[in-house]
Amino acid sequence: MKPSRHVTIVVSLLMVTFLAGSVTLLRHLDAVRSATPLEEVLYISSPKLLRRMSLGYEGLLADVYWTRAIQYFGGHHHQGGQNYALLAPLLEITTALDPHLVVAYEFGANFLAPNPPNGAGMPQEAITMVQQGIAANPDNWKLYYQLGFINYTELKNYSAAADAFERGSRVANAHPVMKVLAARMAQHAGDSQMARALWTTTYNTIHDKQIRANAVAHLRALQSDDTVVALENLALQFRQQTGHFPASFNEMIVSGVLQGVPVDPAGHTYELLPQGKIQLRVPDDLPFAEKGLPPGYKARNRLKSSPEGS
Amino acid sequence: MRRHIAYIASNTFREAVRDRVLYNLIVFALLISGAAILVGQISIDIERLVVINLGLTAISLFGVIIAIFVGIGLVSKEIEKRTLYTVLARPVRRWEFIVGKFFGLAGTLTVNTFFMALGVFAALLYVSQHFQHSDVWVLVALYFIILQFLIVTALALLFSSFSSPLLSAVFAFSLFIIGSFAEDLRGFAAMTQGATRWLATGAAYLVPNLSALNIVSSVAHEQPVSAQLVLFNTAYALVYVGMVLCGAILIFDRRDFK
Repeated sequence: MKPSRHVTIVVSLLMVTFLAGSVTLLRHLDAVRSATPLEEVLYISSPKLLRRMSLGYEGLLADVYWTRAIQYFGGHHHQGGQNYALLAPLLEITTALDPHLVVAYEFGANFLAPNPPNGAGMPQEAITMVQQGIAANPDNWKLYYQLGFINYTELKNYSAAADAFERGSRVANAHPVMKVLAARMAQHAGDSQMARALWTTTYNTIHDKQIRANAVAHLRALQSDDTVVALENLALQFRQQTGHFPASFNEMIVSGVLQGVPVDPAGHTYELLPQGKIQLRVPDDLPFAEKGLPPGYKARNRLKSSPEGS
Repeated sequence: MRRHIAYIASNTFREAVRDRVLYNLIVFALLISGAAILVGQISIDIERLVVINLGLTAISLFGVIIAIFVGIGLVSKEIEKRTLYTVLARPVRRWEFIVGKFFGLAGTLTVNTFFMALGVFAALLYVSQHFQHSDVWVLVALYFIILQFLIVTALALLFSSFSSPLLSAVFAFSLFIIGSFAEDLRGFAAMTQGATRWLATGAAYLVPNLSALNIVSSVAHEQPVSAQLVLFNTAYALVYVGMVLCGAILIFDRRDFK
């Protein structure tokens, strides 16, 4: 029996229409349920229970929860989120299901600890998570690095940071930078050189895109902070030479104090204010910058995902 | 045309009943009443939660198993018993046969779900002595479960139209599992790049999205269900079933039964 040409045409057209309709409806469903898939974390928050429920497929389930964690953070961060309440339980479940998923601990260290909008503002939870990671993976130097990193950047606990770097440097196959960091902690704790060394290490040793983008953003901010301080010192030097503050960068160039019009790491020229103060033109483009911010400026969610860009 | 579909559907329903498909109700009744009595005695303030979670999960699993194992035999059994030739010798079009079979099994599953739902509500009444307003969301969850059955039935029928019963069962069950993680699959796809992203996204949109139809946990915690979700889930399930049935019809229309 030959298939009916009429039926074939009508049914084929219907099938294509239904396919297009299903894709459109799925997009609507995703919009309606943007947070719903994660809500189950609130219902089944016990990692032990989930481990039992995974029926031995905890590795696969850990991957699913890991994906959910980074999507949750990425989605909220993109929308300038101030509340990351589910990030800690999602990462806790992920690492409980797969205690050897080191990238999850690294992610937790970088995004659980900082205050919103750049993190969940839970440094103690981040410390606990990384300590659990070290207990499960005692031979992984990267986890000691993360422990030192949180203690240094978020808690300003330099002795704990030095201890973590030192312990990590003793692990077999530890990156040589661990010894350097441990040694430099005593001399340079709290200065920008140390911070630069830490963020550079993060960028060079971690492959996760979001973590690297975060490191780049911090490095740019540190560079800009140093430039702002240097420019303000040059303006003071100009004043000592001429008796008045410069009205423009050109005036400084003509007097030989400056080589050219200074540009910030985001590509914008700096603004020279009266009294020799330097200000960022587009502070939103330099996440984490602390110097040269306009008066009353409140940092927004400014992390850009361009880790390879600088 | 409608008469032919209704006739095939009612025959499919009768055949399922004759095959003792509804015997699962006995197992379900024992399970739910046992659970109700057990949690009623333990009484740790989660009786309703346990009854709803266990009841709706059991309804969903029982239904999916029936949909797959009856669905895969809908076409192959007719060929094996040679009854298909008798049907197609009459003025019945092949697409009417497929649609009729679908409605027959969908009807069986709906009746099955209705009786199991009665069991869940009876168990709920037993453990909490009264119904409460949030129980209406349990009805919505049951409705979503029926939509889930429609999709799985259509898939089983699609595979049954060109493959052996064993392979059809494997394919249908695999798609049920994949579909239950459809949202995560789209999440994975979104994290890839280049050609892989296109391929993964295409696959993620092609598999059934069953995760949006599973609201058992949220209704067990008395969370309301938005009207938008009901609307979009209904439309999605109908459109997806339509698409799969079209595929089944196209394949079945080309099969040579000589």
